[in-house]
Order: sequence, then structure tokens, then C-alpha cells
Amino acid sequence: MTPRYQQLAERLQAGFGDRLVPVRSICGELTYELAADDLLEVGTSLRDDPGFRFETLIDLCGVDYLAYGRVEWDTSEASGTGFSRAAIRESAVPAAEETFDPRRFAVVYHLLSVSGNYRLRLRVFAGAANPPVVPSVIDIWRSADWFEREAFDLFGILFAGHPDLRRILTDYGFIGHPFRKDFPVSGNVEVRYDPEKGRVVYQPVSIEPRVLVPRVIRDDSRHHLRPGDGSDNG
Amino acid sequence: MAEFQQFTVNFGPQHPAAHGVLRLVLEMDGEVIQKADPHIGLLHRATEKLVETKPYNQSIGYMDRLDYVSMMCNEHGYVLAIEKLLGVTPPPRAQYIRVMFDEITRILNHLLWLGCHGLDIGAMTVFLYCFREREDLMDCYEAVSGTRMHATYYRPGGVYRDLPDTMPKYRESKWHSEKEIRRMNEARQGTLLDFIEDFTRRFPACIDDYETLLTDNRIWKQRTVNVGVVTPERAMQLGFTGPMLRGSGIAWDLRKKQPYEVYADLDFDIPVGVSGDCYDRYLVRMEELRQSNGIIQQCVKWLRENPGPVMVDDHKLVPPEREKMKGDMEALIHHFKLFTEGYCVPAGEAYAAVEHPKGEFGVYLVSDGSNKPYRLKVRAPGFAHLAAMDEMVRGHMLADVVAVIGTQDIVFGEIDR
Repeated sequence: MTPRYQQLAERLQAGFGDRLVPVRSICGELTYELAADDLLEVGTSLRDDPGFRFETLIDLCGVDYLAYGRVEWDTSEASGTGFSRAAIRESAVPAAEETFDPRRFAVVYHLLSVSGNYRLRLRVFAGAANPPVVPSVIDIWRSADWFEREAFDLFGILFAGHPDLRRILTDYGFIGHPFRKDFPVSGNVEVRYDPEKGRVVYQPVSIEPRVLVPRVIRDDSRHHLRPGDGSDNG
Repeated sequence: MAEFQQFTVNFGPQHPAAHGVLRLVLEMDGEVIQKADPHIGLLHRATEKLVETKPYNQSIGYMDRLDYVSMMCNEHGYVLAIEKLLGVTPPPRAQYIRVMFDEITRILNHLLWLGCHGLDIGAMTVFLYCFREREDLMDCYEAVSGTRMHATYYRPGGVYRDLPDTMPKYRESKWHSEKEIRRMNEARQGTLLDFIEDFTRRFPACIDDYETLLTDNRIWKQRTVNVGVVTPERAMQLGFTGPMLRGSGIAWDLRKKQPYEVYADLDFDIPVGVSGDCYDRYLVRMEELRQSNGIIQQCVKWLRENPGPVMVDDHKLVPPEREKMKGDMEALIHHFKLFTEGYCVPAGEAYAAVEHPKGEFGVYLVSDGSNKPYRLKVRAPGFAHLAAMDEMVRGHMLADVVAVIGTQDIVFGEIDR
């Protein structure tokens, strides 16, 4: 981390104390985790405090940590017993009473200070509630408007206080939140033109999602150059 | 007629001035916009989800298809994010090649923008001129990568191959006589660098041509001056970057402020606007064309003098040479591993941003140590710009919507992803 960022980190630590939990980064980027309840207060002072001046919210996105660090299929077994190219289909519509792992859904904010030339990343976990809820930062940074709509659309994270939380990228009337890790890549429904009905109809997909290249999670010797670093997710 | 004073106009999704598939629901009071509600997502391909299912290198091609008029800049953002996590720095020659092609891409993008923006608000000629110059730059893409658009040329660790020694040439046909072909092939006799140098010598005169057509043109100014004014404070608040931010008078350019690759060693200026209207953004982009031209010239000069590798020499990351693979067991294993499972990237997260022709193109990459990205978020500049559409067109006339869409330089490949 460069000295400039070191100083910024010290100022942040002095300003917010243990409300901001630092996350170690392997490439020198400043990352903090904070509680959803502190978000609005911290965000406002990050924008307005002359020592920080993060005027721009450059990006906001959801992350689903459900499958973090999990392989798609066990490669050691595959050669012995064979596998059907890992074709699996799980239901994308969660049961109504389900609660989530409190560290499953996160919202990640990328802030930019144009006047100070700093970048900062904040991460807020959405908690166990179904659906997950995080306060909206639209009153602090106007650019959050569409970014929050997108995170809602793709991950089903609600943003309390957002004035117009509609779907943005998916089709009108789409069901489910496609970027959740338990949503199949090929989706659940497909459309085709029905000549008898004379209109476009939806039907269950006819293809199975397949994994052609397995995820390999390896403790690679090359990555031991910087000991102690590594997983900076919770 | 009074009862028809308030009504709703459905602009798009198939409208020639909507720059792709934008459905804009406009609430009108007579001819004045009360509210604009863009409906996007008609080109949504879930790139970010597809990327999660493939080894890192196989997704470079998806990046080309995001903003499909500035292909290599998208690749650059993605490749930089991977390199940041891997802790790899490409050799200097690769960095210069990347910078050169980034600037070629910027010219490509701005020429398309200028042509379409002009066409949208009634200037036909400039469109034809712009596409003439674009053709030469497309040929550079083709010479270096084999494709005119979706190059897949940048790789983590460098670029796929060194610049070629020959340029593809036109052949005689029933449409072109031998004499014509000789003239068309005149600049193509030497290497790619000769061709690019020749282009950079010709290009400033071309920019003068465009400016003669537009800059003092009365109709052009009537359509752009004081249209879509954004104050600097609002521009930052709305997440504007690139020419949209500079047009409002903020001297912010990642190439200067947070230099990546070799931009710190190059000499160029960043133009800024004054009033933040469509005309100022036009002037900013026109000056960027000239600055990019200068950067390309500097890169050509450096690349001529400094031969060298264009890829890191790490066969855990880049495949070994083909001849070596045929005789050497280790090289064969590296090749096999790379093309079946790819390489593992250390667990962590990185955000890499490049100064894309449209603004800040950022790639947020989360890795859990596997050979596929865990999560990839593409921060498309146009997404934030289009989100501000409502604010920019409120109170303007219907015809100004077209001018604002043009000035935002909208491309749906990146907005819908």
C-alpha cells in the first residue's frame, strides 16, 4: 500500500474507529466492511468530510458468497466412476421461510474521490433476512439509483429507501434473481413463437446446464510468495 | 386540442437514433419532456454470469462484445484486473502495444460517435468521412489479431503476439482496377507500424475536415449549445466519467491521475470543457482525437526502437511456443494444463479501471483461488451516463433527446452487458 493510502487508512481509522473493519487486500486496495446500520452515517461523512471527499460512487454491486471456495465437482472421483458432465438442476425459487447465511449476500461500494484522487471499497453484508435488505445510498450518491436497481434485479437484495426499485436488466415479468449462485446459467424458462396460439410463449428450458471445465481450487505453490495474504472474504 | 397536451411517447426500442435497443418512455407536455424513463436490458446477455462458468482466458472474448465499438479497451480492463490479482507486470513492449491500441480504439470509438451523433442531428457527410478513417484502423485490428472487431488480443501477461511485419493488401477485382489497387495499397507496403505512422500523418487533416463541417456550423451549434447542461457537482454526483465529466470542466483522466501501463511516460494533454453542454463535450472529444493521434505517434516511435518480448515468460500463465511443445515434455504439460483447466488466480478481490473512450471502464474481480472468476462486475461508463438521462433531458424539447443520447455516446453492449 502506498504512503498516501496508508495515511488515508489512518484517517479513516481515526474518523470511524471500529465501525470500519479493515479487510486485507492482496493488491494494495483499501477495503472495509461495515454494518448495514452504519452505512448511511459513514457514507454521508465520507462524502462531506473535507478530509475524505468521496464525491462519486463509481460502482455498486451485489455479490453472492454461497459457493465461495467450493468446487463444482470432485475431480478425483471423476476418473474412477465417470460423471455426466456435471449436469445438475437445482430449483431457483427459494422456499418462502428460508433465511440466509448472514454472510451470503453482500453489497460492494466503490467510491472515488475526484478531488483527492483516492479510491475506497466498502462491503456491507445484507444479513440473514429473506429477502436481504440494505439501506439505499441514493440520497448520498445519486448514481446509486440504477446500480441499486441492478443489484436488486440480479441478486434480489432490497434497498430500503430507494424510490423506484424496479427490475432493470431482465425481461418484464421475469421470475427469480439470475445472478444468485443457485440460479442455473441456462435459466428456467425459454421463449419461442407458438404458431397455433399466434404469440410468443414461455416454456421450461429444454437444455441442462453443464459444467465443461470444473472449478479447481488449489493451493498453488506460486501463490505462496506473499505468505499470510489470501482469502480476504469472510 | 387541449386534452392532448399531456401524453406519453414510446421512443424505441427500434429507433435509428436510439443507438441500439433503448426503449425510452417519455412523458411529454406538448413538445417538452416532463420525464424520461429509459428501459434497458434488451441486449442483456448476462456476461458477468457467463464469465463465472469459464476459465479466465476464455472470457476475454466476452469483453470485446461489451462495448463493441471499443473492443480492446474492454479487454484491457479485464486483463488488468487479472494481472493485479496475479501480481504480474507485462513487459514494456507489451505495455506500449496496449497503449497504442487503446488509443487506436479511442479514435475508432470517437469516430463512430462523431459520425452517429452528426447523423442523428442532421449532418450526413461527417458520417461518411468518419467511416472512411475507421476502415483503416479496423485494418490495423485485423493485421494484429486476425479480426476486424472482436480482437481477443490482450492476454494476462502481455499481448497475444508481436506486431506483424506486413499489412494485408487489397487485390484486384472487377470493382477496382489495377491502378486503383496500387493507390489503395500504397501505405500498406511496409509493416503495421509504417501503416499506423502513415495514418497518424494523414489523420490531423481529417480531423480538420470534420471540424470544418461542424465546429462553426450554425445548425450544429443550434442543436448542441446549451443542450443537456450538467454542472461539475452534478456530474460527480451522477457518477459521470470520461468526456462527460471533462465536458463539465473537471480535469479528471485516469491516464493522468492514476496512470496505468506506460501513460506516465507519454506526453499528452487532457482537454476540458467549460459549460458542460453537448457542444463542449463535442469539443472535448474532438481534441481527444488529436491527443490520441499524438500518443500513437509516440508509441510507434518507441516500438520501432525497442524490440523485445510481448508476453511474460511464465508458462504457468501463458502457453509455451508451439515448436517447443512438440519436443519438450514439460512444455506439453504446461500447454495441456493451460488449455484444459486454465490457471488459478489467488483468492482476493481487485478493481482495475481504464480510461475507456466513454469514461471509466472498471472491472471488479472476486477470486476464490480457483481457475474461474468467482464474481465479475463490469462497471460500464455508459450505465451511469444513461441513468442521468432523465435529469439531462427534463425541460428540453423532444428533438434534444436525440442530441443528448448522441452526446452520452451510448452503446448497449456495455450498458446491458
